[in-house]
Amino acid sequence: MKNFNGEILFLERSDINTDEIIPAKYLTEITKAALKPYLLEDLKLEGFTTKDIPGKSVIITRENFGCGSSREHAPWALEVNGINLVLAENFARIFKQNMFNCGMMAVELDKETIEEIFKIFKGLKTSIETDFPKAVFVLKSGGKSISIPFTVSEFDRSLVEAGGWINFADKNY
Amino acid sequence: MGKTIAEKIFDTHRIDNPSGDINVIQLDAVFCHEITTPVAINDLKERGMDRVFDSTKIKAVIDHVTPSKDSKTATQARIMREWARNQNIRDFFDIGKNGVCHALFPEKGFVRPGYTIIMGDSHTCTHGAFGAFAAGVGTTDLEVGILKGVCAFHYPKTIKINITGILRKGVFAKDVILSVIGKIGVNGATNKVMEFTGPVVEKMSMEERMTLCNMAIEAGGTSGICYPDSTTVEYLWKFIKDDYESKEKALSDFEKWHSDADAEYTKIIVHDITDLKPMMTVGYKPDQVQEVNTEEKIKVDQIYIGSCTNGRIEDLREAAVVLKGRKISDSVRGILSPATPDVYKLAMKEGLIDIFMEAGFCVTNPTCGACLGMSNGVLAAGEVCASTTNRNFNGRMGKGGMVHLMSPAVAAATSVTGYITTPDNLD
Repeated sequence: MKNFNGEILFLERSDINTDEIIPAKYLTEITKAALKPYLLEDLKLEGFTTKDIPGKSVIITRENFGCGSSREHAPWALEVNGINLVLAENFARIFKQNMFNCGMMAVELDKETIEEIFKIFKGLKTSIETDFPKAVFVLKSGGKSISIPFTVSEFDRSLVEAGGWINFADKNY
Repeated sequence: MGKTIAEKIFDTHRIDNPSGDINVIQLDAVFCHEITTPVAINDLKERGMDRVFDSTKIKAVIDHVTPSKDSKTATQARIMREWARNQNIRDFFDIGKNGVCHALFPEKGFVRPGYTIIMGDSHTCTHGAFGAFAAGVGTTDLEVGILKGVCAFHYPKTIKINITGILRKGVFAKDVILSVIGKIGVNGATNKVMEFTGPVVEKMSMEERMTLCNMAIEAGGTSGICYPDSTTVEYLWKFIKDDYESKEKALSDFEKWHSDADAEYTKIIVHDITDLKPMMTVGYKPDQVQEVNTEEKIKVDQIYIGSCTNGRIEDLREAAVVLKGRKISDSVRGILSPATPDVYKLAMKEGLIDIFMEAGFCVTNPTCGACLGMSNGVLAAGEVCASTTNRNFNGRMGKGGMVHLMSPAVAAATSVTGYITTPDNLD
């Protein structure tokens, strides 16, 4: 199973699309590793630069993350940068499926919880610990700490455990 | 309780229900192009599983960057060619025969009512125009589709969009879908099928229905879908005439897919388009739409007519009507990319290519190229493009470029003046 712990990158905006996550001109790469320098290159978000990415392992964002193209290069670009977990109010369908298909996680939290996380932790160096069996995130910054239970469907859970859809499908169909 | 068309398709294709509402469905076709497929091919090779579930059900094309522009894209194309040859994929379309996948595959008769189709391309929803469930997927889903002929989806929930009223002159399917996206938002149909029905859709040609379904993904929709009817039968007849005794028989067979009157929907939207005017996008999201603003005289640098949204013969005809006897402004460059070789040939036969070239357009070979900023019309930073494509995302057609989406008629009018305008504003 992949690593779902580490420091958080706060992206406080809705509708961050796949062209922003990884522009189409890099889709000519045929290895995942080659995508690493280009993650979020075209993201339109005040205060954000790609220099904020190194050292981060989790993204927290608003609504409809990953909308647009079907490119799995979006999860791959996250993966090769060490980011295996994205938390949002909701996701575009294909992006979310791609994440779990790769054994990564795109987890939905309700609007109030996301709101609270941004309010308490945005701007602070914050880390997350994921207890996958118990389905709980623990967010910590300085002396502050909160626990957030999460839900992942049984199917998505089995994909994470199997290490992705290919292994699952090869075994079952 | 009755069923929607998407539910009927799922119920006839389900092979497993591993948990919850997850349905693993059998696929009737797996479409492949050179951007998202090579990684899947390489991965299958590495896993020692370099095979395909059924070579007759896989359709492949090189369309995004063609002819190849550099060594990397040449390598992607080479991987596709070798794979198609090794796996005996007969329906493979290379240079000379290739075109934009979502225009080419319907033209070849590869899409039928009731089909299940996936492709590693978000605009796969286009094929729902034929009454099929067609969804864009990532490379992993594509890889499993190639290997096993199956894909997993949530059991479909559907939003019905009943389009009523009269489509006025100068207003097109593109304006209708832009207005729908503007109404429900880029997240308005996420995880839902968008079922387009009503008198306006019934009167639409297959090309117009494809334009409509093409942009379902811009509202987050899994698939667009229209009921197959006599228009569908006419379009497909040359491919299905050996399967049915008569067109009437084909029609009655197709009609079994229509949603039941008591089917359940997440939402039913009645969208009256009688007062609809030509539309355009502003900003960087496809739901930022407004009536074409002629007051502001928004200057553009490039006009692009083409793509899986609006590169079909009807689109070229509408643009040519505007361009006939006119020249494009000295301040702009015009690019036409007919979506397929057959569209190109027909446009030549009808004299449309002449009209475009006389007006000052450059005509490229069929390719997706410029739409996603890969080739054949990439924008420089600060440039503005009036485009008949489907996405106005930041950087979509080139880093720092701005894209305004619109119908081919408005794009053509804009090429004449150099700023965004409608045909009825031309002298």
